[in-house]
Amino acid sequence: MKIRVTVLPKSSVLDPQGVATAEAIKHLGWAQPGRVRIGKVIEIEAPEGRPDDDKLHAICRDLLSNPVIEDYTVEFPA
Amino acid sequence: MKFAVLRFPGSNCDQDCLRTLQDTFGATAEPVWHKETSVDGYDVIILPGGFSFGDYLRCGAIARYSPVMAAVREAATRGTPVLGICNGFQILCESGLLPGALVRNRGLHFICRQVHLRLENTASPFTRAGQVGQVLRLPIAHGEGCYLADEETLDQLESEGRVAFRYCAPDGSLTPGANPNGSLRHIAGILNGPGNVLGLMPHPERACEERLGSTDGRFVFASLLESALAAVS
Repeated sequence: MKIRVTVLPKSSVLDPQGVATAEAIKHLGWAQPGRVRIGKVIEIEAPEGRPDDDKLHAICRDLLSNPVIEDYTVEFPA
Repeated sequence: MKFAVLRFPGSNCDQDCLRTLQDTFGATAEPVWHKETSVDGYDVIILPGGFSFGDYLRCGAIARYSPVMAAVREAATRGTPVLGICNGFQILCESGLLPGALVRNRGLHFICRQVHLRLENTASPFTRAGQVGQVLRLPIAHGEGCYLADEETLDQLESEGRVAFRYCAPDGSLTPGANPNGSLRHIAGILNGPGNVLGLMPHPERACEERLGSTDGRFVFASLLESALAAVS
């Protein structure tokens, strides 16, 4: 199985990359995009099964994201 | 007095720190590889600038888990001065030894130039040789130097006098144009609660020789040496 962790800047944190990308979207002819946020997707293969939720969230909270500036979500894609 | 200069894969200011300490100050300073598990016997620990682990994931996020960091945390708890410069500051924030985070510069660009800083705290072992309000000129060289923390944390830092350096204009005023990276409240360097851990984005070790354009960084290392003398006397 796979674990997919999506990390995005917290809504309270200004994301200058997102702002710059929103500007570029306007240049492509879509005049009114909403807020753009840029983060990262981390895919972890778990051939032996995934760790328990506490361990998984500890990994997400302590390593994969920085809770001061980022939020994360976890999915288990097919 | 013995300085440890930590060396992570991708550190690139370790030699600058060693050279400054050894040549400019005649101090004993040794590199310490990140896989070491002890920093016993060192009186000051420096986390130098660079791009530890290629800035993968986030700046400092991987270095935080290097074996040596457990020893650094213990030493910090015991009161050993720990100085994080640039990437070292990022590592200290990631490791939770300092609050807040350093994110991409507001203007997105990597900035490498001299800036002016106002010294705000002279009660720490890193700054005792300076004067409050003194304006310094030091180089910065970073892409992720925008200091962020929530309002509560910022207020706490201010009320406890833990903001050590702020970006300022040459006359010491906090004009918007004097903030190179968008750091909240112009913060360029902060201390931990007890005052023995300092992180700052500017590079004092690159401003200790006339030929480098500024000697304003000297007082940081002079302060540390002075603090050591005060401790033994």
